[in-house]
Amino acid sequence: MKLHEYQSKQIFAKYGIPIPKGRVAVTASEARQIAEELGGRVVVKSQVLVGGRGKAGGIQLANNPEHAEELATKILGMEIKGLPVRKVLVDEAANIDQEIYLGITTDRAARKPVMMASAAGGIEIEEVARQTPEKIIKVHIDPLLGLRDYQARNIACNIDLSRDYWRDFGKIANGLWNAYAATDATLAEINPLVTTKDKRLIALDGKMLVDDNAMFRHPDLTEMRDLDTETRAETDARKYGLSYIQLEGDIGCMVNGAGLAMTTMDIVKLFGGAPANFLDIGGGASAEKVAAALRIILSDPNVKAVLFNVFGGITRCDEVARGVLAALDEVRPEVPMVVRLVGTNAEEGRQLLADANMITAETLADAAQKAIAAAKGEAS
Amino acid sequence: MSILINKNTRLLVQGITGNEGLFHTSQMVEYGTNVVAGVTPGKGGEWVLGGKIPVFDTVSIAVQATEANASVLFVPARFTPDAIFEAADAGIPLIICITEGVPVQDMMRVRNYLDQKNIRLVGPNCPGLLTPGESKVGIIPGNIAIPGNIGVVSRSGTLTYEVLYALKLLGVGASTCVGIGGDPVNGTNFIDVLGMFENDPQTDKVVLIGEIGGTDEEKAAEFIETRMTKPVIAFIAGQTAPPGKRMGHAGAIIEGGSGTAADKIKALQAAGVKVARHPEEIPSLLS
Repeated sequence: MKLHEYQSKQIFAKYGIPIPKGRVAVTASEARQIAEELGGRVVVKSQVLVGGRGKAGGIQLANNPEHAEELATKILGMEIKGLPVRKVLVDEAANIDQEIYLGITTDRAARKPVMMASAAGGIEIEEVARQTPEKIIKVHIDPLLGLRDYQARNIACNIDLSRDYWRDFGKIANGLWNAYAATDATLAEINPLVTTKDKRLIALDGKMLVDDNAMFRHPDLTEMRDLDTETRAETDARKYGLSYIQLEGDIGCMVNGAGLAMTTMDIVKLFGGAPANFLDIGGGASAEKVAAALRIILSDPNVKAVLFNVFGGITRCDEVARGVLAALDEVRPEVPMVVRLVGTNAEEGRQLLADANMITAETLADAAQKAIAAAKGEAS
Repeated sequence: MSILINKNTRLLVQGITGNEGLFHTSQMVEYGTNVVAGVTPGKGGEWVLGGKIPVFDTVSIAVQATEANASVLFVPARFTPDAIFEAADAGIPLIICITEGVPVQDMMRVRNYLDQKNIRLVGPNCPGLLTPGESKVGIIPGNIAIPGNIGVVSRSGTLTYEVLYALKLLGVGASTCVGIGGDPVNGTNFIDVLGMFENDPQTDKVVLIGEIGGTDEEKAAEFIETRMTKPVIAFIAGQTAPPGKRMGHAGAIIEGGSGTAADKIKALQAAGVKVARHPEEIPSLLS
């Protein structure tokens, strides 16, 4: 789950990282009021969960409160990469001297958190990594020990940060580690961390991703979820414990198991069709779960056919078939359904479904081709 | 021969009295796995499966009483890290974690701790291990595979079952099937298992089932090219997955342009691995 800039910076502040004075506004007049309180120049920043806000005109400098109101009106009416701007952050403008990148993420291959820093801050770190990888300093952190003070000093030294800042930098690096660890983050990033003309270090912008699997111990973070980044169907699926991701195609896919679900999408594409979604109904296939999944798939108006692909292992195929029939009774879809059951008692299961006038298939390739044909028939 | 488990495996089940734990224990026992004990804190002294398997309060007591040498976990995600630490501290050398949804920072702490103690973890978020005809640890349906000479290693569950079953229908069997799990940080990765298959006399060929996310398949490609003599056939799921979205498995996500199926397929092919376009092509590539 992604957090907004203002949410990330509030968390940073809790762990002793200096952030600019400022607040979030949902109306232009609020933005003006905040600018008045802050005095001087302010930055009006759109709060949407995509990169490239600056380039899209979603981050602008205001000279006075009237100007801030004017900019906020404009920015609050914007859509950036398809997402509506519902909030702006109004921050005091900083007098920037130098821009640094500082972040922590998971290094999957090393199985450790890695702190990354670069003197080339302010631009996306992926860009720095592509063009000048030597400018990124990486330090692995032992997850059982946490960040050591010497590691922070090494980083400060290696990015050629002036010695005057080492002490503050150490506190910030440590604060970032604590914020990362305490929130179960998978990414905690300050970009840029700036030095100012009056010799301070400030986290001007922040970004955090937190682990969806750890939400059980972070009810406060759960409330921060921004539902604009997912479709209504994706939100509904999450409630039922289903993994669902909407795509652009017209063949709805319902599959048990994530790997098999991805494979089903792939094979639809391989035979010239386009999957409408990824959906993993998990182990087994109770009528209840199948019905919920079917409703979610059919809520996408692009879906012209549904491909149901289940491997019956411990849950036998005839049981799965009965679940499907009960679900169909409840949902009554108007698009053709192609069903492939494989594994234990597959024949009995297929027979049950064929008797109910469903299109059945034995192989994955056969199922994909039948679903593609069915979707075309519906469209013509 | 087989890898990781065999007839001599003395299995402990952590979380044995829960629904999943109890059901799969009965399946494992039915398959012939030697399940010697279960652990559920607070239920020590009880017996399950009609009085066949004793339940203990702690792993250390269970190990003292039964000499268990492997443990399988059916423990809810929030209690899983603690259960793994408990098994490790009780001296169990092989831990198989079925549980899905363990936070990744927990897994980094677990993995770094186990590495110091030289303990092997398989999973989490995996279907476990199956040595057809001998032993099954986890949730792989026993009836979908027959004994044979193909080693199978996979990041997925049901997709692996598909492959095992397709092989069985053709009369082809497996030496051992290892589900390594779909999480970004896990206990055992492809190269660990490939190395074991290379050294296992019963295994003649290997099927590797990968998916998007991370660089484990690329590492496997390098290992196959430099260290393996046995042929490897691969399939990679997620060729149509959009970037930035987590495809069910926590580890199946394309991040910052890396971890794509195309990159993995390219690396494997460059290492001489035949890559199937879809799983049903695997049996023909094996012959």
